[in-house]
Amino acid sequence: MLKRLKSRETILLGAIIALIALVETRFSGFAAPGNLASIFNDTSILMILALGQMTVILTKCIDLSVASNLALTGMVVATINAAMPGMPVTVLILIAIALGMLMGAFNGVLVWLLDLPSIVVTLGTMTIYRGVIFLISDGAWINAHEMSDGFKALPRHVILGLPVLGWIAILVITLFVPLIMRTPMGRAFYAVGGNPHAAVYTGINVGRTRFNSFVLSGGLAGLCGYLWVSRYAVAYTDVAGGFELDVVAACVIGGISIAGGIGSVGGAVLGALFLGVIKNALPVAGISPFWQLAISGAAIIIAVAFNAQSERTKGRVILKSAEATS
Amino acid sequence: MTLDNTKQPIAARGDTADLAPVLTLRGITKTFPGVRALGGVDLALYSGQVTALVGENGAGKSTLVKVLTGIYRPDAGDIVIDDTPTQFQTATDASDAGVTAIHQETVLFDDLTVAENIFLGHAPRTRWGLIDWGTMRTQATEILTRIGANLDPDATLRELGIANKHLVAIARALSVQARVVVMDEPTAALSRAEIEELYELVDRLKSEGKAILFISHKFDEIFRIADRYTVFRDGEMVGAGMIADITENKLVEMMVGRPVGQVFPTRSTNIGDEILRVVGYSHPTEFADINFGLRRGEILGFYGLVGAGRSEFMQALFGVTKPSKGAIKIDGKIAIIRSPNEAIEQGIVYVPEDRGKQGAIIDLPIFQNVTLPSLGRISGNGFLKMAEEFSLARKYTERLDLRAAALDQNVGNLSGGNQQKVVIAKWLATLPKVIILDEPTKGIDVGSKAAVHEFMAELANEGLSVIMVSSEIPEILGMSDRVIVMREGRIVDECDRKGLTPEKLVRAAAGYEESA
Repeated sequence: MLKRLKSRETILLGAIIALIALVETRFSGFAAPGNLASIFNDTSILMILALGQMTVILTKCIDLSVASNLALTGMVVATINAAMPGMPVTVLILIAIALGMLMGAFNGVLVWLLDLPSIVVTLGTMTIYRGVIFLISDGAWINAHEMSDGFKALPRHVILGLPVLGWIAILVITLFVPLIMRTPMGRAFYAVGGNPHAAVYTGINVGRTRFNSFVLSGGLAGLCGYLWVSRYAVAYTDVAGGFELDVVAACVIGGISIAGGIGSVGGAVLGALFLGVIKNALPVAGISPFWQLAISGAAIIIAVAFNAQSERTKGRVILKSAEATS
Repeated sequence: MTLDNTKQPIAARGDTADLAPVLTLRGITKTFPGVRALGGVDLALYSGQVTALVGENGAGKSTLVKVLTGIYRPDAGDIVIDDTPTQFQTATDASDAGVTAIHQETVLFDDLTVAENIFLGHAPRTRWGLIDWGTMRTQATEILTRIGANLDPDATLRELGIANKHLVAIARALSVQARVVVMDEPTAALSRAEIEELYELVDRLKSEGKAILFISHKFDEIFRIADRYTVFRDGEMVGAGMIADITENKLVEMMVGRPVGQVFPTRSTNIGDEILRVVGYSHPTEFADINFGLRRGEILGFYGLVGAGRSEFMQALFGVTKPSKGAIKIDGKIAIIRSPNEAIEQGIVYVPEDRGKQGAIIDLPIFQNVTLPSLGRISGNGFLKMAEEFSLARKYTERLDLRAAALDQNVGNLSGGNQQKVVIAKWLATLPKVIILDEPTKGIDVGSKAAVHEFMAELANEGLSVIMVSSEIPEILGMSDRVIVMREGRIVDECDRKGLTPEKLVRAAAGYEESA
């Protein structure tokens, strides 16, 4: 598995570099370090959400509520900030993460204890969370001038050429690698998605593992709620509308099998970056936003076809020679 | 009863003593890689008669049903219908020829209505080519009345019990003008009263002149409804004739035959103290009142027919399902097992029957599969220690002589035999006290079987206690120190290796007590 995934990641990395190089030939400066850092920074939220989504998809589930979760936590922390400008930003971030985890836990409980299909649960909570924003805000916007300076400044503060937003993404990725590769919980994500029946017999609680993945995904969505609202300095009901699909797309492009059990941190990150580069390159090339959507969509289908192909060629190993060479 | 005495409905149809068979199988042979499932078997089915097909598990009965219904194509032999040799290329050919089957687990559509299930694929049409719902309902009601089934044609199948689902399957068989009806253990999941109703229905089908092949393990029902019998053993036909001419004892002898020439490992019977005791384990629907003890170094065989509740009990013992009553003692102390995780911690592991579905995780590498149930032991501060993980995996894969290029290779890239080794290594790595092996040699070739038996003996010699669930009599006899027989969710017999005969096992499992 490691070999295959690594090669898939290499291909994706190659595609990203090729894409950047291609755009650079036409519009020099695109591949300049400053611009690349800015693309990375722009893609940070997508990367963080894709990592959370990855854990959910690994367990054979899906979390469609991430963007609504993000928008609701964003609205809540913006409202708190507007009402109590003196509250430290770190406290607000903790509130955002906790609230996001709570919403993730709600999804997780429904999936775990009521044994409902995750796509139905999160389709429902996606709408509920979005509706709650309207109830909190009465449909009103919270604009930049209502937010405290500290609240807005944090993600934009530049350290070593990269804004804090980008550094947070790097931090999350760095924490995710050991979490996924080196903890029993990370291993359980793969086992549950790879073969739920077998997982039961090895003493893994399948429902609980799925619950954990939803809490993780929710917590990261909560963190992104703060990041999004503070970076764009605005909170309203439709923040990040439809963004959950970008997140799922990043995972799929990154080689995370929608059937569960296959995927890697590197894949999710590269999948997100691939989408990020496309989104940044196309406007530079003067391609209309409608084409951007079509191109992103085509990328998803190509990625899925590619993954399906690599899974189909496997077959059962019956020949001794096949076993030896595999 | 004498030979030429055909039972009532047939007598009513006139002189049928030398009736020609509706369908004859001649010299049917079917081979799978490494296994000959059927070796030139013959079978004749007569209009208005029930032929019972009996044989142990693995005797080739299911393969024969699949040949009859066009799912398998035989390697050699003829299917003769009305003196015309024919071949079933597909299931549709068989159905067009008037052969239909009612399976143990009915293959119907739960979310469609009774009428839709009966007529699926051959529904009456209006002249516009649309389904004629009115006619379909009327015809469905007609057929249901004919078989004495009081069912609403508009009810969805999900609302019906298993017995009524069988009735729908039978109605479906009648709606396609079937001449040959194959019933594969139709009573396995039915209650007493429902079985009686099924018998009446079989009588009615006989009176309509259908030829019926009835597969059953239960002697009482064979003698109750069958006119003829055919016995299979190890893929060969070993006897056939009229039921009236044979005794139950004779039938059992034919089924079991002499033990096959299989060699089992000898082992020191160094059996220690009791390690596990199960008291009064019960489940609302699956098993009741299970009591037994298991000693260190002992191999305890669990024999029974498929569906006797053995696997279900093992799953409860392992914490997958919850028993309603009962207690377990391990090493004399009460143990509480509410989940597989707790079972593993208590030293009980379960190697399930369907290893493909419940065994290995093929997208994970070998070492991760092996260490999956032991992660707690190889982690510190919540993180896995990679070096310890690898050494644990290496230790047990080497012990099982697993041949793989590297331990980080995906299990999906291994052959079936090596995948099984990974699964067993996984369990041994948890340092169990009791290992439950559910049908450990099902579907593997003779050589691998011997290796599994050898290994099982080795484990027992080292002091591990083994519970072996098996439906194969030679294996049960060859490996077990003690055998428990289960039937219909209860323990019906328990005996030592000494004085155990195949006949005794079959009788206990089938619920036929020797009269003399």
